[in-house]
Amino acid sequence: MSVESKVSGDGQQLTIQVSGRFDFSAHQAFRDAYENPHSSVRKYVIDLSGTSYLDSSALGMLLLLRDYAGGDNADISITNCNPDVKKILAISNFEQLFVIA
Amino acid sequence: MSSVQILIADDNQVDRKILGRILQKQGHRVIEAVNGREAVELYRQHLPEMVLLDVMMPEMDGKQAALQIKDAAGEDFVPIIFLTSLTDAYGLAECLDSGGDDFLNKPYNPVVLEAKVHAFFRMREMHYTLQQQRDTIARHNEHMMREQEAAKAVFDNVAHQGCLSADNIRYLVSPLAIFNGDVLLAARQPNGSMNLLLGDFTGHGLPAAIGAMPLAEIFYGMTNKGYGVRDIVREINFRLKQILPVGFFCCAVMVEMNFERKTASLWMGGVPDCYLYRQQTDKLEELRSSHLPLGVLSDTRFRDSLQEFNLANGDRFLLWSDGILEARNPAGEMFGQPRLFDVISTAASADDIFPAIRLALDEYQGDSARDDDITLAEICMVEPPEQTTPEIDRTLACKNGPMDWSFEYRLGSQSLANFNPLPVVMHVLSEVPGLKMMSGQLYTVLSELFSNAFEHGVLELDSALKQTPAGFTEYYRQRGQRIAELQQGQVKIHLEHQGDGLAGLLRVRFEDSGPGFDYQAMLAANAAALQQAGTGQYSGRGIPLIHRICESVEYLGKGNVVEAVIHWPIPATRA
Repeated sequence: MSVESKVSGDGQQLTIQVSGRFDFSAHQAFRDAYENPHSSVRKYVIDLSGTSYLDSSALGMLLLLRDYAGGDNADISITNCNPDVKKILAISNFEQLFVIA
Repeated sequence: MSSVQILIADDNQVDRKILGRILQKQGHRVIEAVNGREAVELYRQHLPEMVLLDVMMPEMDGKQAALQIKDAAGEDFVPIIFLTSLTDAYGLAECLDSGGDDFLNKPYNPVVLEAKVHAFFRMREMHYTLQQQRDTIARHNEHMMREQEAAKAVFDNVAHQGCLSADNIRYLVSPLAIFNGDVLLAARQPNGSMNLLLGDFTGHGLPAAIGAMPLAEIFYGMTNKGYGVRDIVREINFRLKQILPVGFFCCAVMVEMNFERKTASLWMGGVPDCYLYRQQTDKLEELRSSHLPLGVLSDTRFRDSLQEFNLANGDRFLLWSDGILEARNPAGEMFGQPRLFDVISTAASADDIFPAIRLALDEYQGDSARDDDITLAEICMVEPPEQTTPEIDRTLACKNGPMDWSFEYRLGSQSLANFNPLPVVMHVLSEVPGLKMMSGQLYTVLSELFSNAFEHGVLELDSALKQTPAGFTEYYRQRGQRIAELQQGQVKIHLEHQGDGLAGLLRVRFEDSGPGFDYQAMLAANAAALQQAGTGQYSGRGIPLIHRICESVEYLGKGNVVEAVIHWPIPATRA
């Protein structure tokens, strides 16, 4: 598991990339990725192209990010999900809270 | 390094004194023994931190003494260093085999001696630290087990008041499921309908268990008062959202079975696909979560739309959390949805489905560590339970409680759209002891009359629609739409009671704002239906039961008023 993040050139968008299994072991790293001060960030992109699996604690982390990013006003997209990951997000109906591309 | 207490055993006085002096000079405390036997005795007496033993001694040699000292030390680590002028490898190796940790050659080199004392002291410290940590962990573990036992006992008291043992339910749940975050609850409403909830909290251990308490309390409390799935999931969601930290939630599926009407309502959020098995057609219908898990959304954003089903006896819901799909075989592969579907669809008969799933899981997991977080339930449509009226205890005379009263409850369109008034009405009725005893039957009457007034009166839904399976679905579609668009309309509930404590008379009147209907025609049809009960119609099933309970049921006005009269106790000829 590894978590990498980068801010776009204009400082508005933060992309967080999670590789391997996205589970409880990613908790601290994932949190650090968005809590480090990027005061100008308005939009979050969670790139799961390298994520093989995601469990319910990962869903919890996504909810924590959403809360941090403004709750109902948060602008978060989850991108590049493999079919297994997409299925887990669909069962939980997370498309009601996140843009899943 | 602090001073170390060291036992020296050597029968050669000169050697012993030389060694003692070196060690004392280096700041250590020295105890001297002249042979192995004395060394063992002094060890027991003083428990020194390190022992230096000459190999050859009278009475008891060094190797013997080493064995006995190690034995006396038990779990504690006492470094034993042999003092020797031996040079052959076998002799030295034998010293270590007999329990020594190292050896030191005569004549002594103070620098090497000091270094060895230091090294072994560090080793002893490390050993001690490890021992402490091991004991601490063991203590914590024991403490945690005790706490879990207590927590489980509390939860069992809360959770085991339900009807999971009913004949139409089969289930599989680990005894420690609560700490895997799984809950399975079932209970009957006063009218005999059954509510079942299967939930899976995120995470494991205490955080997962904590939310289960309010969930179970709400489930049982509201079910006992006659609330259905919609009100209960909304309340649970509201409470969990309030108490759980962000990121914790409960995936859940809840089903409400109405055995009189042969219908079921289902709410599903965050649970993997489950199935409805229909016995007559031998078909599996996939049930899919259409909601977020409980505890994620605020009350205002929470969605309580239900999936509605009409069922026949023998039809059954097969429900589970993700544990069953993630059960692993010895090779680490997951059981998965396709395998589960195969097992169910190849079962010999409806009653074989549940045992077949259990067997398949057992075989699949083999001897690999059994996954404890498999929760699985089957709930089946059956004949409604016999509703019996308990004998009134005449010794109590039942004179307490209100006897002469009336009560009117008027519900406007807004209330009708999202509020179920029956639990409140039941609460008022239950104050009369004689009525409380027949609350199940009363609830059946009230819910029938209320849903007629609301659905056919205010919403103007056509009851004939419900007579075909396709129409049934259409009925609920229209119902949802009309509730959403409801602007005006009302239902007035009027209750009036007279009694003397041993018998009484309850008059229940429902008046709706709808256009009414040709009740003469319906009464004739109902009379016909009563004669050939069980014709397979989806609607109107409650009516025969109502006539069994009520002295009379009369439609008035243009058909928008219905009045039922109920005597208690119910005459034996009718009950």
